[in-house]
Amino acid sequence: MTNTAPLRKFKTVKEVAGPLLFVDLKGLSGVSFAEIVEIDTPSGDRRKGQVLEVTKDVAVVQCFEGTSGLDTSETSVRFIGKTMEIPVSSEMLGRVFNGRGEAIDGGPNIVSKTLKSIAGEPLNPAAREYPTAFIQTGISTIDTLLTLVRGQKLPLFSGSGLPHNRLAAQITRQAQVLGEGEDFAIVFVAMGITSEEANFFRNDFEKSGALERVILYLNLADDPAVERLITPRIALTAAEYLAFEEDMQVLVILTDMTSYAESLREIGAAREEVPGRRGYPGYLYSDFATLYERAGRIIGKKGTITQIPILTMPSDDITNPVPDLTGYITEGQVFLDRGLHRRGIFPPINPLPSLSRLMKEAIGKGSTRSDHKELADQLYANYARSRELRDLVAVVGEESLSDIDRLYLRFGDEFEHLFINQGVNENRSIFDTLDLAWDLLKTFPQPKRNLKRILSETIDKFHPATRDPNTDFKTVDI
Amino acid sequence: MSEQIVGTIIRISGPVVDADGMTGAQLYEVAHVGNDKLIGEVIKLDGDVATIQVYELTDGLYPGEPVAATGASLSVSLGPGLITEIYDGIQRPLPVIKEISGAFITRGIEIPALNLEKEWEFTPVKKLGDMVEGGTILGSVPETKHIEHKIMVPPRLTGKITKIVNKGKYLVTDLCAVVEKENGESEDIFFMQKWPVRQGRPYKSRLPSITPLITGQRIFDAFFPVAKGGTAAIPGPFGSGKTVSQHQLAKWSDAQIVVYVGCGERGNEMTNVLEEFPHLKDPSTGEPLLNRTVMIANTSNMPVAAREASIYTGITIAEYYRDMGYDVALLADSTSRWAEALREISGRLEEMPGEEGYPAYLASKIAEFYERAGGVECYGEDERFGSITVTGAVSPPGGDFSEPVTQNTLRIVKAFWALNRGLAAQRHFPAISYLDSYTLYWDNLIDWYRKNFSENYPELRQEAMALLQKDKELQEIVQLVGPDALPDSERLTIEVARMLKEDFLQQNAFHDVDSYCPPKKQNDMLKIILSFSDKMKELLEQGIEVSRILELPIYEEVARMKYVPAEKGFESLEQKIKELTPEIFTQ
Ligand SMILES: Nc1ncnc2c1ncn2[C@@H]1O[C@H](COP(=O)(O)OP(=O)(O)OP(=O)(O)O)[C@@H](O)[C@H]1O
Ligand SMILES: [Mg+2]
Repeated sequence: MTNTAPLRKFKTVKEVAGPLLFVDLKGLSGVSFAEIVEIDTPSGDRRKGQVLEVTKDVAVVQCFEGTSGLDTSETSVRFIGKTMEIPVSSEMLGRVFNGRGEAIDGGPNIVSKTLKSIAGEPLNPAAREYPTAFIQTGISTIDTLLTLVRGQKLPLFSGSGLPHNRLAAQITRQAQVLGEGEDFAIVFVAMGITSEEANFFRNDFEKSGALERVILYLNLADDPAVERLITPRIALTAAEYLAFEEDMQVLVILTDMTSYAESLREIGAAREEVPGRRGYPGYLYSDFATLYERAGRIIGKKGTITQIPILTMPSDDITNPVPDLTGYITEGQVFLDRGLHRRGIFPPINPLPSLSRLMKEAIGKGSTRSDHKELADQLYANYARSRELRDLVAVVGEESLSDIDRLYLRFGDEFEHLFINQGVNENRSIFDTLDLAWDLLKTFPQPKRNLKRILSETIDKFHPATRDPNTDFKTVDI
Repeated sequence: MSEQIVGTIIRISGPVVDADGMTGAQLYEVAHVGNDKLIGEVIKLDGDVATIQVYELTDGLYPGEPVAATGASLSVSLGPGLITEIYDGIQRPLPVIKEISGAFITRGIEIPALNLEKEWEFTPVKKLGDMVEGGTILGSVPETKHIEHKIMVPPRLTGKITKIVNKGKYLVTDLCAVVEKENGESEDIFFMQKWPVRQGRPYKSRLPSITPLITGQRIFDAFFPVAKGGTAAIPGPFGSGKTVSQHQLAKWSDAQIVVYVGCGERGNEMTNVLEEFPHLKDPSTGEPLLNRTVMIANTSNMPVAAREASIYTGITIAEYYRDMGYDVALLADSTSRWAEALREISGRLEEMPGEEGYPAYLASKIAEFYERAGGVECYGEDERFGSITVTGAVSPPGGDFSEPVTQNTLRIVKAFWALNRGLAAQRHFPAISYLDSYTLYWDNLIDWYRKNFSENYPELRQEAMALLQKDKELQEIVQLVGPDALPDSERLTIEVARMLKEDFLQQNAFHDVDSYCPPKKQNDMLKIILSFSDKMKELLEQGIEVSRILELPIYEEVARMKYVPAEKGFESLEQKIKELTPEIFTQ
């Protein structure tokens, strides 16, 4: 949004407080809400900021690159008369940018006639199309029990020290849509991660050759915190361009949302706002929504945006506002479990507290395989039972268990070690994964009695003991 | 309206804008803000400064831009064509916005809420010279196959008809009738009327609630019914089933009109409704569900002030259909997002914060909203009755029910459907706690249940609930000492409770048959489970172990009742249970 007001330059910073500048406008009007500001520091470099609040006398400006080195006498501020826009083009693929969207890979900055405002207008609910297409991640637990769907937002709930990055990189390398040669792109958004983590991703993408379909935005732990507030917006603007104007299937990985939220908290505190829960601003939910709701599909467009936000829960506490409000907006969650991690299971996804809410529309005959739903229900039920029994055994000992209960215990162990557990480079097709699940269920004798979640027709057709050896099971048509 | 008031913006803070030079503007008056004429509402007046909440993004607005008061308060347009429509929080039709601006919503779009080109077939029932009063029905328009849209004299207008149009086709902007008041003045009545959203529409009197809203959901109808005209809250942590429950209510409730307010929630969930409702059939009319539904969608990424308004837009539309004599159900998902919008605006106004930053008037706002529910005798001389049943989802942070929105809601509503994280984690859906939930309507509804479920249904319900309570106590013991320590009779209780939970209370919203369970089937299912329980007790006394009974095929058959279409009936199963004797086990 551009306004017609003239450009104005001020050398009248009244106060510098935290990430904020208060600029005396000397009664000159024309400074607009949310417009972008260029700040020339006394030492001669140029930073960017944005108007957070404006009256006819004063503009409150948040400075994306931090306020250190700014003063009230030499610093000059220029209001550029428009909200933040970025140039977009398919040239962005394969490139690395900092958190403000500037190239940091030695290549030139993106030049394009197409400029997009990073605020992103809300997608009209009447223009959306419900997500239904299966994305194969090659990770058994996700594909079978927590199916990722094109256009979905499905976060990883993790904790510090858990291997969410390795999992995210693996998904990035392996994600594909079955049977279609469509253009796939990944927008990777780092917010406040360490440079070691950033290098891990960069190297991983380079090595696997994925980099050419990736755009990396890196705001690192030692980059200014405020910058984090624009990084995901820049990245999602790029993603929207690729999806809805270049017809690409875009996967956006946002890590770490907890750092993002902390920056928002910092701004709130600097503005002396009334804080909400645990010091986060009361509008954290709405702010998150303006990011997460940018995932989706649009009627009549080929491209889609799928999001995997990653967040580390402070002290593994799911009631912390960051995971809590994320869960209230996203369409499910994938939960990484410290217990599984300690036992050496990778990826340590605990299916029990996890959920993909859009899964049911995306599985079954034609998408994955007709036994998928029932099989998933059975695996879930049996694994839940095995965990219950494991707890019970800890109290009353294994002796008091019935034979069938012992089988559940054994199933639980095998499920963790053979099904959840897989190599970082192991890319399992959905068919292999489903067949692996059937193999594990062989533990239970009399399948029709013991596998209650599966219809007997399905057992006849798919159970290893009764399936027809001449049938091809590696197809979505069965 | 006299001379227009035009002021000047002096401050912008997110959705809140201050303008000076606004002397004469009124509270809750709509204002056009800035050169783009963004739509806003005056929410505070202080000297000549008006504070305006703006229903659109304020990016790019600057001090010095004009603000024009419109003289009208924030209102909805009421008339034929509301049904099947989907609106944003201030009643702008989203499909039309899509036509104008594409997939993304741009700003400053002002469009009529009702289709101004569509012709409606009107049949008058009043004639020239008739005396009429507020609420009198002048005639009607078939809005959908089963909804007769009554054209009513606006509330508080009394007089004589001096003109009324003939049967024929009319636009919503056409004149319908002219009424001459006692003082000699005439007032025109159009097919479309306006009503300010923040003001409840009047009615003659309130009526006690004696009929349940039948929802086809066993946990609600059979255990914790809400009365028609009643209020219910569904609080629960994320992913516990608020939206699925609200969708189920929107689909299967025996209301004639459904108003669904998606307030600060996901876009995809509204898309889901839009895609499904044209294809699902209303169990009582066989018509597509969409043909009784009005949707308000102000999703979480849409402007927060319009989210605040969306609840009022929805309830005003609900009141309008109530006034025609319909039973209306209003589902709001989620009232917490509305409360958060209040909090955000309040924060920008720098009001004194109350608990958890919510404004001190949160409790009264919540109460005022739910007060607009109710069964009423409508305005007008012909003894019409209508009702609005309101169910609000509540999204407590961290799933903690002690927070202000949940607590203030529970003080008002009379049915409490408590979603439970533990049940959701066990995939016990709907994850509504059968132990913590309650309804205060039950005593008023008992007669209805005796007549429409079965004569002894209240006793069956009581027995089932007592069993579940007993089960809870037994489970605590099992946790400590293992199941082996319990005597057979108590193991039987646990077994029956398990059947109640799994075979009765669990209801899969996505199963073709089980999604909707008609009242008779609910009654039959509960009766059969409890008679099976009696039979097991009997057999146990005759020395047959519980585990052997559970091996009978009949046990499977009981578990599968929910998937059996209601038409089939369960007589033969009942008979088989009766005929069970100890001899079967010796064969
Ligand atoms: N009655 C039901 N039958 C089957 N599945 C259900 C049922 N209720 C809930 N679920 C499951 O739980 C998931 C989450 O439910 P829902 O979206 O209603 O949660 P919510 O409470 O609205 O969460 P949020 O606060 O995040 O919006 C659904 O996607 C579905 O998988
Ligand atoms: Mg919901």
